[in-house]
Amino acid sequence: MKKHYWISEKPLNIQGVVDLVIRPEAGAINTFIGTVREFTEGKQTLFLEYQAYASMAEKKMKEIGEEIEQKWPGSKIAMAHRVGRLDISEIAVVIAVSTPHRASSYEASRYAIERMKEMVPIWKKEHWEDGEEWIGDQKETKRGVPLEGEVT
Amino acid sequence: MNQVLFFAELREKTGVYKVDVELTGFSVNQVKEWVAKDYSMPKVQDAMVAINEEFALNETIIENGDVIAFIPPVSGG
Repeated sequence: MKKHYWISEKPLNIQGVVDLVIRPEAGAINTFIGTVREFTEGKQTLFLEYQAYASMAEKKMKEIGEEIEQKWPGSKIAMAHRVGRLDISEIAVVIAVSTPHRASSYEASRYAIERMKEMVPIWKKEHWEDGEEWIGDQKETKRGVPLEGEVT
Repeated sequence: MNQVLFFAELREKTGVYKVDVELTGFSVNQVKEWVAKDYSMPKVQDAMVAINEEFALNETIIENGDVIAFIPPVSGG
């Protein structure tokens, strides 16, 4: 069986991710594509560098997929995240969710990306004209462990 | 024997990706203190720690063979 959750050093193929969730039971496929933004609050990004703890990241993405299948029965999900140097407008992440009806495909897709930002060990380094910095925006609980169900 | 992994900012600041070290019997919190001191990395206290690819609590005790990863705040997507 093909991998549904993976970290890639090569450019992501959107259709390749979508194809993994196409099936006769589905009436909707929602695709989320995260790209590299040039300007953040007026500051220009030259390029980004992504790094992952690949084996753990793939495991955590799979867990997110399992959470989604529980919350939205009948859904199927695939997610891929790129690592390495990415230029402006390059694709960093692709998430595809198929569901029997459209409403849950939107909800599940949103859940997937928010949850990914919380608990999947992937980091990005911003490179600007005048410097560089690893950016983190992970939410943490008091225990230091992100819990299921914190995303609403 | 144990393996300690560093990522992102922590990897750059410590200058290492992977360290083989005996940490069996220590708590996650004690490991954080060791890293903070030996690598002059006070920020390590804010990082999460994963043991064998699962997030761990500060009180968790390291067992022989465990792989310990320091996970600074993530930002994928």
